[in-house]
Amino acid sequence: MLKPKLEDVFNEPGCATNRGKTDKQRKTGCAKTLVPGSTAGGCAFDGAKITLQPITDCIHLVHGPIACEGNSWDRRQAKSSGPQVFRTGATTDMTELDVIYGGEKKLYKAIKEVIARFDPPAVFVYQTCVPAMIGDDIVKVCEVASEKFGKPVIPVNAPGFVGKKNVGNKLGGEALLDYVIGTEEPAETTPYDINIIGDYNIAGELWQLEPLFDRLGIRILGRITGDARYHDVTVAHRAKVSMVVCSQALINVARKMEDRYGIPYFEGSFYGITDTSAALRTMAALLVKQGAPADLLDRTDALIASEEARIMCRLAPYKERLSGRKVLLYTGGHKSWSVISALGDIGVKVIGTSVRKSTEEDKARARALMGEDGLLFDSLPPQEMFDMLKDGKADIMLSGGRTQFIALKAKVPWVDMNQERRHPYAGYEGMLALVSEIDRVLFNPIWDQVRAPAPWEQMEGEI
Amino acid sequence: MAEVLTPRKNLSINPLKMSPPLGGSLAFMGLDGCVPLIHGSQGCSAFGLAMAVLHYRETIPFQNTAMSEVTTILGGVDNLEEACLNIVNRTKCRIIGICTTGLTETRGEDLKGDLRHIRRRHPELADVELVYVSTPDFVGGLQTGWSKAVSAMVDQIVLPPTVRRERQINILAGNHLTAGDIEEIRDLVEAFGLTPIVLPDLSNSLDGQVPDRYIATTYGGTTVDDIRAMGNSAFTIGIGEQMTEAARILQTKTGVPFEVLDRLTGLVAVDRFVALLQRLSGQSAPERVRKQRRQLVDAMLDGHFYFSGIRVAVAADPDLLFAMASWLGEMGATVVTAVSSVETPVLAGLAVDQIVIGDMDDLERGAEEQNADLLIAHSHGRMAAERLGLPLYRVGFPMFDRLGANHRRTVGYRATRDLIFELGNLIIEHTREAEPGAWTLPGEDNLEEGGHAPATSH
Repeated sequence: MLKPKLEDVFNEPGCATNRGKTDKQRKTGCAKTLVPGSTAGGCAFDGAKITLQPITDCIHLVHGPIACEGNSWDRRQAKSSGPQVFRTGATTDMTELDVIYGGEKKLYKAIKEVIARFDPPAVFVYQTCVPAMIGDDIVKVCEVASEKFGKPVIPVNAPGFVGKKNVGNKLGGEALLDYVIGTEEPAETTPYDINIIGDYNIAGELWQLEPLFDRLGIRILGRITGDARYHDVTVAHRAKVSMVVCSQALINVARKMEDRYGIPYFEGSFYGITDTSAALRTMAALLVKQGAPADLLDRTDALIASEEARIMCRLAPYKERLSGRKVLLYTGGHKSWSVISALGDIGVKVIGTSVRKSTEEDKARARALMGEDGLLFDSLPPQEMFDMLKDGKADIMLSGGRTQFIALKAKVPWVDMNQERRHPYAGYEGMLALVSEIDRVLFNPIWDQVRAPAPWEQMEGEI
Repeated sequence: MAEVLTPRKNLSINPLKMSPPLGGSLAFMGLDGCVPLIHGSQGCSAFGLAMAVLHYRETIPFQNTAMSEVTTILGGVDNLEEACLNIVNRTKCRIIGICTTGLTETRGEDLKGDLRHIRRRHPELADVELVYVSTPDFVGGLQTGWSKAVSAMVDQIVLPPTVRRERQINILAGNHLTAGDIEEIRDLVEAFGLTPIVLPDLSNSLDGQVPDRYIATTYGGTTVDDIRAMGNSAFTIGIGEQMTEAARILQTKTGVPFEVLDRLTGLVAVDRFVALLQRLSGQSAPERVRKQRRQLVDAMLDGHFYFSGIRVAVAADPDLLFAMASWLGEMGATVVTAVSSVETPVLAGLAVDQIVIGDMDDLERGAEEQNADLLIAHSHGRMAAERLGLPLYRVGFPMFDRLGANHRRTVGYRATRDLIFELGNLIIEHTREAEPGAWTLPGEDNLEEGGHAPATSH
């Protein structure tokens, strides 16, 4: 049941990486074979949860032993403007007896309980490895429960062992396509309705963007899934245009919505000034093409001009302080070049960037932006990263939590660019937030203190 | 004595419990030059790793065997072999601590046989200890995994005794102890002229060191040589009832007698420990220990006002719950709701009416029904505390939204003194002041409420 689904997401024609592959390469799938004893990152279940949990008024019920939910709940930084139900940790907490006798009945009862207790508009049920191995049919259980309780109960079939996080993102998206999108109708539609796909409102980033849309009269109709209510996902099929924000993760959703409902999509990013402006322009152009009044283009240009002028003015003081500073960037995908471009605007030089999860196009742009001496690497062994930082090759590192301590133990400033980040960095405001965070961290007075030798090192040989 | 309720649930809401392989892997973090290896899919280690990074604010070198759908069905010996080789080549570690998961246990892996096979094929691994422990996710919780891992370390590494070292003492440390706690215990033991071998010892590996080079394994912690030599010790002290099995295995293997102290929080409990140390060392407590005790006694005198009658709801793994709840009772507070993650023998002996084996939802509902004044739990209690409008005092793992989790202490005279101050201050901060109209006579407006003083006025 899962196999055709996996082949289908691996075959995604909308994916730029995929387009660059031969037929044979495509067949092997996008999940690189994992190397035992040398892996990093989450599993497919993790990916599915990242994609779907931001639907804020739903219960996200994990069918499995305690590890899958008990070790991970209430850690992600997706924010809600209203309901907090999605933050509830809910799991069947399978025991040995459940493994022996099967967990389907328990799951059914658990669904019944969460509906009685929380009355959510829908329940998402996540499959995990152990029940998948013993053959618990969550699709069937969800089907029966949906019928019985008169509420959507959506199976998310992405047990961890089918692959990495990225595969899980896609399978989570498939669950939306199969069970959610197109199941309800919006009260009204406008020519300015869009879908935002692949943004999870991490640290509240959508809230940095919404004022821009509001000013232009653009309405986010379909939220997939940042700060979404269930209803906001069900009506996504009525939008005029889709924007895919994190291209690799949910391109399948955008592409299939184009096929099914004729909604054109584009890939864009809200990291950095250039990208934000480009995304707004593309969005306006597509909306006009879809029938929105043509004055949207001029209004968009005017807004971009005034926002860019405003942000450059606010960035100016930082430009003076930060110009010439060297950054080591360790993120991936889109960010590998969009951040280089953004930092370049204020004179900060990126000396190296990781290009894992980046397309060939991403890499070419990063290369062009960094010039000849810029380093492009797929991964940087921790030892080398530590040495680079220790030797002062970079003044600061921007990366995710996993590499945080490599920088800190080398006594080098570090800023979190990943999904556990506490600060939102989207749009024009986000750029300012990122630069001000870099400034705050870089100019913190601790650095000289922690790098200074201890008294016994200073007085070595004297006493 | 407590009645322990284990309701059969179909649904856990807001889990208190974390997984046994994570507990086992954290125990392995207390060994020097070690890489904990989780035998499962990459998610099996990634979630726990992310949580541990937030808690300890250190690099956590967990690895996994990257089991896929296919290898799970065919068996994981090849993955295990490849993982061990990759880890040794990359990290030059001394120990690999292998924990199984729900994934590998559901199929049923023969880890012992697999490792024998791997050893035979790879003589180059001869200098690396491969310690394995069975920790299926669906049996027990964090504490279960920790305690099983320590038993495995003792069982698989300790050598038969060669000499008897009269002043060498083994300390087996439960999962409720932080790096700060272990430092405190070591200090106390050394104050009596004894030399402790602490197993596992987070106080050197996860206490916030800044090494001047990159190290891919744990740095600091109990060394293989120290573990091997535990059979030469004069005595073993287990801290936390969860250490009973490991202490017994050690005794069976080496003849080293043991005593398990179920807790080290509170005057009574620390006195028992100090009495034992006096007996073992033949020395009376030195002045600095006496001074610490005097300060604790004084803190109790100053602080007891604020604890008397305070209603507390506590959720924690068994040994931590036992330590906290027993001490709160000794300070005059009432534990009105007690929730634990798994059932262990220590719980029945706790001086509360009832303990529920459950989740944060049980804590929240219990606290609400029982009109609690204060919550004590790990960081996952924060949403319940917010909803109830109650202060939360954080203890245990995970503590992802606070600094210095691994330096917070709950054992010994000094830490108990500080606990009185910290909790007492929290109570003072949340004390409701008297308001006009709070007291009424029968027949007046709010007759049905009977007219009573604010719940926590002092």
